Amino acid sequence: MNTTMVKLNNQQNQTAANAESQRKEAVYHTKDLNLWYGTNHALKNINLEINEKEVTAIIGPSGCGKSTYIKTLNRMIELVPDVKTSGEIKYRGRNILQKGYGVEELRTKVGMVFQKPNPFPKSIFENVAYGPKIHGIKDKKILNQIVEKSLKGAAIWDEVKDRLNENAFGLSGGQQQRLCIARCLAIEPDVILMDEPTSALDPISTLKVEELVQELKKEYSIIIVTHNMQQAARISDKTAFFLNGEVIEYSETDQIFSNPADQRTEDYITGRFG
Amino acid sequence: MAVREKFDEELMDLRGKLLDLGHFAEDALSRSIDALENHNIELALEIMEDDTKADILYEEINDFAILLIAKQQPVAIDLRRIIVAIKIATDIERIADFAVNIAKATIRIGSEEHVKPIEHIKQMHAITLKMLKQSLEAFNEEDLKKAKKVADMDDEVDDLYGQTIIDLMKISREKPQHLTQITQLSFTCRYLERAADHVTNISEHIFYLVKGKQFDLNN
Repeated sequence: MNTTMVKLNNQQNQTAANAESQRKEAVYHTKDLNLWYGTNHALKNINLEINEKEVTAIIGPSGCGKSTYIKTLNRMIELVPDVKTSGEIKYRGRNILQKGYGVEELRTKVGMVFQKPNPFPKSIFENVAYGPKIHGIKDKKILNQIVEKSLKGAAIWDEVKDRLNENAFGLSGGQQQRLCIARCLAIEPDVILMDEPTSALDPISTLKVEELVQELKKEYSIIIVTHNMQQAARISDKTAFFLNGEVIEYSETDQIFSNPADQRTEDYITGRFG
Repeated sequence: MAVREKFDEELMDLRGKLLDLGHFAEDALSRSIDALENHNIELALEIMEDDTKADILYEEINDFAILLIAKQQPVAIDLRRIIVAIKIATDIERIADFAVNIAKATIRIGSEEHVKPIEHIKQMHAITLKMLKQSLEAFNEEDLKKAKKVADMDDEVDDLYGQTIIDLMKISREKPQHLTQITQLSFTCRYLERAADHVTNISEHIFYLVKGKQFDLNN
C-alpha cells in the first residue's frame, strides 16, 4: 500500500467514526492538531470528534502519542517545556488552544485521573472537599453534601463513610483511585480524562473502576487511555488507535475489536506488534 | 522471538485438527458409497464403528477452541479463526454422520440387488466429495474464489437430487415390492444433498473468516 493510499484510508477511517459522531453532541472537536516536543513531531494531523456522555478509549503502543493527546485536552501538556502546537481543539465549540482561553476555567470542566492514585496527604473528607473549597465553597453543610455525593458517585461511599476523617493513605490502591475519581467529581466536571487509571490496580479493583466508568458515562464524557485492550473493548463506545503520532483508525469499539478496517489496527489489537 | 508465536502455533494446530476431521469425513463418505454399491455389510459396520473417532476429534477441536479463547482472549481475525473452526467442525461432523446413515441404509438394503444402477448417487457423491476437498483447501488457504466455486457446485447436487428422487418414485410405482430399498436409496440421496449443503456452509464460514461479515451463498 503506498503512502497516499494509507493516508486516504486513515482519512476514511477517521471520517467513518466522525460521521457517526455527528448524530450526537460533540464535546471535543479536534481539527488538524499537530504537536512538537522541540523538533520531535509527536502528534500529526489529528482529527477527532469526541461525543458527550460516551466512553472514548485511546489505544496504541508506548510512544504513539495517546497520553500526549489527552494531555492537550486539558492543556496539561503546556507544563512540558518546549511544546508547540498547531491546529485547533474545540471544547464545547470554543478553541482551547486560542490565546486568551482561561486554563483555570477549562480545568474546572475537565477533570483528570492518573495512572497511579495520587490522593493528597489529608483526610478522605479533605481530599474530596479540597476542590470545592478552593472554588470558594465554605459552607460546611454544602461541603458535606458535595463530599457524600461525590463519594457515592465514585462507588466508594459505603466503604469510607465511617472513616471520613482518616488519612487517605490508609486506603487500598483501588480505593485511593476511586477516591481520586470522587475528588474529580466534586468540582462537577463535564469531562473526565483518565490516563491508564487501572494499570496500578489489582484485577478486582480494576473491574470496580471499569463498572464505575460505565455508571459515570451517564453523566459525564469520559476519555480513557489504556494499554489494556480488553478493557477498551469492555468499557468504551468508540476507540481511537494511535500509531507514531497519527490516528490510524477511529471507529465504534465493536467494529475495531471485531473487524478493524486497517491492517495495522488488526496487528496491534491481536498482539502481533507493540 | 516473534510476538504471539505460541498463539500462532496453537491456531495452526487448531487448523490442523480441523483438516484431520475433514479428511476423515471425506474418507467416511467415500467408503459409505463403496459399501452401498458393493452391498458390503462388513465395511458398513466398520464405518459406523469408526464414527467415534470423528466424535472424539470434534470434541477435541471444541475443547481446544474454548481453551484458546479463555487463555488468549483473541479479538478480530484471531477470534474469527477460532469461532469459524468451531462452526466448520460442526458441519464436518454432520457430514461424517451422513456417512454413518448411508452405512445404515446399506445394511437395511442388505444383499438385495439394486433396482437400478446407482450411477446418479455416485455422481452426487463425486461432486459432494469434490466440494468437501476444495472447501478444505479454500479454508486452509483462506481462498475466497475457491470457496465461492465450491458453493456454486451445490446447484449440481441439488439438480441430481431432484432427478434421482423422481426416478426412484417412478420405480416405486413399478416395483412396489422393493419399497424398503427405494426408501433407503432416497434417504441416501437426501444425505448427500444435505452433506453438500453443509459444505456450502463451510464456504460461508470462510467468507466470514476473511471478510468479517456474514454471506449467504445459497442464493
